Amino acid sequence: MAAEAVPAVAVNVAEERVSVASNWRLVWWRFRKHRLALLSALVLIGLYLVVLCPEFFSTQDPEATDARLAFMPVQRVHLFDGARLSPWVPGVVGKRNPMTLRMEWRADERRKIPVGFFTGGHAYRLLGVVPSRLHLVGAASTDGRDQIHLLGTDRLGRDQWSRLVHGTRTSMTIGLVAVAFSVVLGVLLGGISGYFGGLADLVIQRAIELLQSLPTIPIWLALTAALPRDWTPQQVFFAITVILSLVGWTTLGREVRGRFLALREEDFVLAAELAGASRRRIILRHMVPTFLSHIIATSTLAIPVMIINETSLSFLGLGIRPPAISWGVLLQEAQNLQTLALAPWLLMPGLLVILAVLAFNLVGDGLRDAADPYSQ
Amino acid sequence: MTRYVLKRLLLLPVLLFLFSVTVFAIVQAPPGDFLTTYVATLASSGSSISAEQVEALRREYGLDQPVWIQYVRWMENLAKGNLGLSLEYQRPNAELIGERLVLTVVLALFSFVFTWIVAVPAGIYSAMHPRSALDYALTVLNYVGVATPNFMLALVLMWSAFAYFGVSVTGLFSPDFVDAPWNLARVVDLLKHLWLPAVVLGVAGTARLTRVMRANLLDELHKPYVTTARAKGLPEWRLVLRYPARLALNPLVSTIGWYLPALFSGSLIVATVMNLPNIGPLLLRALVNQDMYLAGSILLIYCFLTIVGTLISDILLAWLDPRIRLEEG
Repeated sequence: MAAEAVPAVAVNVAEERVSVASNWRLVWWRFRKHRLALLSALVLIGLYLVVLCPEFFSTQDPEATDARLAFMPVQRVHLFDGARLSPWVPGVVGKRNPMTLRMEWRADERRKIPVGFFTGGHAYRLLGVVPSRLHLVGAASTDGRDQIHLLGTDRLGRDQWSRLVHGTRTSMTIGLVAVAFSVVLGVLLGGISGYFGGLADLVIQRAIELLQSLPTIPIWLALTAALPRDWTPQQVFFAITVILSLVGWTTLGREVRGRFLALREEDFVLAAELAGASRRRIILRHMVPTFLSHIIATSTLAIPVMIINETSLSFLGLGIRPPAISWGVLLQEAQNLQTLALAPWLLMPGLLVILAVLAFNLVGDGLRDAADPYSQ
Repeated sequence: MTRYVLKRLLLLPVLLFLFSVTVFAIVQAPPGDFLTTYVATLASSGSSISAEQVEALRREYGLDQPVWIQYVRWMENLAKGNLGLSLEYQRPNAELIGERLVLTVVLALFSFVFTWIVAVPAGIYSAMHPRSALDYALTVLNYVGVATPNFMLALVLMWSAFAYFGVSVTGLFSPDFVDAPWNLARVVDLLKHLWLPAVVLGVAGTARLTRVMRANLLDELHKPYVTTARAKGLPEWRLVLRYPARLALNPLVSTIGWYLPALFSGSLIVATVMNLPNIGPLLLRALVNQDMYLAGSILLIYCFLTIVGTLISDILLAWLDPRIRLEEG
C-alpha cells in the first residue's frame, strides 16, 4: 500500500498544480509546447522593437537622397577579415556605361569598409524625445565619409535598409491598430447583438451580412481614392485603419454574438443574475473572460490579413502615400519589370511581409490551440 | 429547394439597390468632379479651357444637378441597360467593360478550378500520410502560400521569367492577337497566357483549402465506420475516397461562398501588376481620374458578381446538405 501511495502523491501534486493554475497560466503552458509558435513570437517581438525606434536600427536617414548613388546593389557583409572576426563590406565603385548611360556598380574587395555596432550617425530623437546619434550598425570608419548600404539603394539613392526599417513601423502598426478597431467594434456590436437580441440583433446581423457581401478590395480602393489629396500622412494612416476595420469587425462580431448566445443560457450566468450582479458586471466579469483568449487568438490571426491588405492598397498607390514609408510604398518602387530587372533587391520588403505574416499566422495558430481548453 | 432559391432571388434586387446607393455615395465622395481633374490635366499639359466651356460640359453631363438627381438619372439609365458614357474615354461604358468582364470571370473560374484540382488531392494525401516528408513539405508550402501577397508572387514570377528565360509574361494575349476578333486561334492564345495569372491568383486559396481538407479528413479518419470498413478488407484508397473524403468535402463547399467573390476582387491586384485586360485596371484608372459613372458601373458589377458567387454556393450547399434547407423552412 505504502509503495503505491508515493507515485499517487506525485500525480496529485502535478494535478493540483494544473487545477489551481489560472486560465492564463494554462494557456501559456500549452502555447509553450509549440516550438514554431514560440520562435515566431520572438520574431514578432523583434519586429516590434524595430517599430519602437526605427531610427536606432537604420543606418542612414531614410529620406536622404543622393542621385549619384542610385540603384546601388546590396553590399555583401563579410564576417571575417582574414582570420579575425571583424565584419566589413567591400567598397563599391560606380562607372557610367557610355552606351546605356547607366551607372554600373562593382564591388571593390580591396577597399574594406569596417562595419561596427553602436556607431554614431545621423541625429534623431529616440522615441521622439531623447536626442541621440547612436545606431545599431553603421560604417565604423573614422572619417565618416564611408556609408554602408546593406540592402542597396533605390531610384533616388535612398538607403533601402533604412527605408525598410521605417516601413516596418508603419506596416506593423497599421495591422495592430486596424485590428484593435475591429476588436472594439466587433465585441461591442457582437455583444449587443448576442446579449440583448431582438431588434438590435436583427439590425446588426443584417448590417454584417451586407458588409460581408461587399467586394472588399474594389470598395477599399474606391474609399481610399476618395480620401482628399491634401491630407497629412497621419490623417491618411488613420483613415486607412478605419477603412480596413470597417469590414474586419464583422467576422469577430459574429463570433462574439455566437458566444454570448450560448453563454446566456449557462448556469453560472443565471447564478450571477440571481446573486444580484449588475448587467455590466455579468458581461465583464463573468462572460467576457470565458472567451477572451479565443478573441485574442482570432485577432492575432486577423493582423496578417490587415498587413497584406494595407501592403496591397499602398502597392496600387491608393493606400499610404509617399513621403510616408510602408512596405507597400516600398514595393511600389519595384512595380515595373524594367526596374525589377535592374534592381531586384527592391523586392526585399516583400520578403519581410511574408516573414511577418508567417510569424503572425504561426503565433495565432499556436494561441488558438492553446486557448482551446479541450485540446491535449 | 425551389422555394429557398426563389427567396434568395427575391432578395437580390433589394441588395443591389442598397449596394447601388453605397457605391454612388463612394464615387461621389471625393471633392471636385471629373471636370476639375480634367481641367487640371489640361492646365498641366499647357492648354486651357474657358470657364464657359467648363460650365457647358458640366451641364451636359448633369454634374450641376443635386446629388440625388444624379443618382436617380444613373439608376434610370441602368434600368434601361445603359451604363452611361465614360467621361474620360468618351465611349459607352458598356463597350469598355464588355470584353474585360468576360475575361475577369474566366480568370476567376480558371483559378477556382486550379485551386480545387490541386488542393483536394493534396489535402487527401496529407491526411492519409500524416507526418510524412511530403506532408511536412506541403504544410510548409501552405504556410508560405497563405503568407505571400499575390502581387508579390506575380512580381517574383515576372522577374524570374524575365531574368532567367528572357520572356515577358504580362498580358493575356500575344501581340498578334490583342485586337484580333474572337476565333479558335485567339482562344488558344488566351489559354496559353491565362494559366500563370490563374495560378498566381489561386495560390493563397489553394494553401488554405489544402489545410482545411487535411484537417477535416483527419477528423473523419478516426471514426469507427472507417475502422469497420478497413476491417472488412476494403482497399485503403477506395475506403478513403468512398466515405470520409466526401464528408470532408462538405465544409469546403460552404467556403465557395466567400472564395469565389474573393477571387473576383483579388484579380484586381494581379491584373494591375501583370497588365491583364480585365476590369480591375480600368476601375483603378477610373477612380484616380474621377470618371465616376465608369467607376460606379464597375463597382456595381463587382457587387453583382459577389452576390451571384455567394448565391451559387448557398444553393450548392443547400443541394448537398438537406439540413440547411430545413432550417430555412
